[in-house]
Amino acid sequence: MFAYTIRRLLAAFVLLILMSMVTFLLFNASAQDPARLACGKNCTVEQIASVRHKLGYDKPITTQYALLIKGLVAGRDFPDDAATKKNAPQTITHCGAPCFGYSNFQTSLVSTLIKERLPVSIWVAFFAFVLWMVFGIVSGVIAALFRGRWPDKILVGLALVGYSFPTFFIGLVLYTYIALQWQLVPTPEYISPLSDPVGFLRGAILPAVTLAMIYIAGYVRLTRAYVLEAMGEDYLRTARAKGLNERTIVIKHTLRAALTPITTIAGLDLGALLAGTPITETVFNFNGVGKLTVQSATNGDLPTLTAIVLISATFIIVANIVVDVLYAYIDPRVRYA
Amino acid sequence: MSEEITVAEVAADRPHALGEDFLQVENLKVHFPTEDGLVKSVDGLSFELQRGRTLGIVGESGSGKSVTSQAIMGLHRGSRAQVSGQILLDGEDLLQVSDERLRKLRGNDIAMVFQDPLSSLHPYYTIGNQIVEAYKVHHDVKSSVARKRTIEMLDRVGIPNPQRRIDQYPHEFSGGMRQRAMIAMALVNDPKLLIADEPTTALDVTVQAQILDLILDLQREFGSAIIIITHDLGVVAEMADDILVMYAGKSVERGPVNDVFYTPQMPYTWGLLSSMPRIDRVREERLNPIRGNPPSLINPPSGCAFNPRCDFRHEVDDPQRCVDEVPLFDPEQLHPVRCHIDHARRKEIFESTIKPRL
Repeated sequence: MFAYTIRRLLAAFVLLILMSMVTFLLFNASAQDPARLACGKNCTVEQIASVRHKLGYDKPITTQYALLIKGLVAGRDFPDDAATKKNAPQTITHCGAPCFGYSNFQTSLVSTLIKERLPVSIWVAFFAFVLWMVFGIVSGVIAALFRGRWPDKILVGLALVGYSFPTFFIGLVLYTYIALQWQLVPTPEYISPLSDPVGFLRGAILPAVTLAMIYIAGYVRLTRAYVLEAMGEDYLRTARAKGLNERTIVIKHTLRAALTPITTIAGLDLGALLAGTPITETVFNFNGVGKLTVQSATNGDLPTLTAIVLISATFIIVANIVVDVLYAYIDPRVRYA
Repeated sequence: MSEEITVAEVAADRPHALGEDFLQVENLKVHFPTEDGLVKSVDGLSFELQRGRTLGIVGESGSGKSVTSQAIMGLHRGSRAQVSGQILLDGEDLLQVSDERLRKLRGNDIAMVFQDPLSSLHPYYTIGNQIVEAYKVHHDVKSSVARKRTIEMLDRVGIPNPQRRIDQYPHEFSGGMRQRAMIAMALVNDPKLLIADEPTTALDVTVQAQILDLILDLQREFGSAIIIITHDLGVVAEMADDILVMYAGKSVERGPVNDVFYTPQMPYTWGLLSSMPRIDRVREERLNPIRGNPPSLINPPSGCAFNPRCDFRHEVDDPQRCVDEVPLFDPEQLHPVRCHIDHARRKEIFESTIKPRL
């Protein structure tokens, strides 16, 4: 088990290095001059050259990659040249590890931006995760237990309806009616759950519900399918033949088997969601990584985009490992494989 | 073949506690409505069984053997199956009792050994957990007591090193060990009736013999009644006191094991016995299958369900009766047979034509 975890971690590390290389190459493969993009539309040739020097785009590509990695591990300085450091140390911007670069658009270090924005996305994602897991799984189990009867039909029907609407539509409808028209909840805003947990729940309920809606729909159907599959298994017949009561049969025997595959899917879905949700954050005007992604893409803010791509990839890779290791704990058959 | 010796041996040292019927199945019908029509898996089955005795139910796939055993366990409740008739266990009708009462009987008074032990054991729980659970649901005891009992049972069924094996998962057991664990689970509450549904089908022959011996040993010890369901006639010969042959959801022949084996009366039973491969014959004569296919259970052949496959219809005075009229089955006889051929004539055919081929 320990060796398995170590192997997975090593593989993930290699994957991350490869991921960073690909991102970096894409960054440089764009036809745009990164220095020109960073400088803006009305820059003179001299200004562009100065930005290029400051951000290190005048160095060879391999050196640039090395600097990126060095920045991530140990931090770096902009501009990174000995002469400026000596003559005008006050013009140097130091970027501590992990350094993702400097965003000329936001006139800020990318890492500072991310540090501000990431908690918003992560907390909202967790909130949505809890909602969709609870409601999705409970509804799915109910639908399976009442297969073919009206609770099943209603739940699966609702899931289909929920699944059919686009996120921005659900978001806008909730915003308009629940927050503005009926004022059932305060106007959505992000309040840190660490300072005010109740305020966070009230402020983030609508974006969380919006996100959860899409997933609930999928999870109802998944849970229903897995529970029905488990109910057809021979070992449930054994459980019944032992004289166990229905509650033990459903909770201990059926759900244990049915929910195991859901863990995998849930982990991966959460991992993908942690790095921001562009549409929901834009609709509710939450300053999370998702909204930052939209801004950076519109502005051509390459350092910020690179950082977001790297972070999203990391989340997904980490989620994969967590799921794999978790799975080995949940399913004894995997442990020895 | 060492069959005769085995049967004689087994028959000799078994307590023939003939007495009141412990299990009485009366006119049991299990029908499944499907889109294609009503599947009559079991259609008017009756038999009885006494404590300490073993009934072997044989028949080909789809003859209703497993459906019968599941009906006794009440496993058709809550499904779409239509079950009617009577299943009296010690005078109590299992088809009428409340769900709660049935739950209490299951596992405690009636236990079942299923045929595929890998899929019948929960993959996510240890063997110990599953047996402890089976014990605790019927006994209000501490976990440590149930665990001790479980280790004792694992030891009884011949699982070496039970203190260690109890904490292992089903996938860590070999096929034979899994089936032993399954039997330990079924016997943990000393059931009065044990139903073994093809308990040795998934096992190799040496392990098969051990498992069967084990079941017989435990029967001697606890005096339980056993129903063993199989399509393996060798298993029945070794285990059973009585044999019930099923065809298309009905009993077609029933009797003490020796009678049915050595003087079978029904053409289907002749077919079954002839279709056992004989290693001591030349290759061409080793295997004599019954021609044709098992009948449809939605539209069974009219009259005797076996008539389309029967090679002896011409032996009936009026062969048309086989198509028109269901032969009677008189459960009061010691060796009842569902066949239109005259009793004396059947004996003659068996002696002259069938016996030399067996």
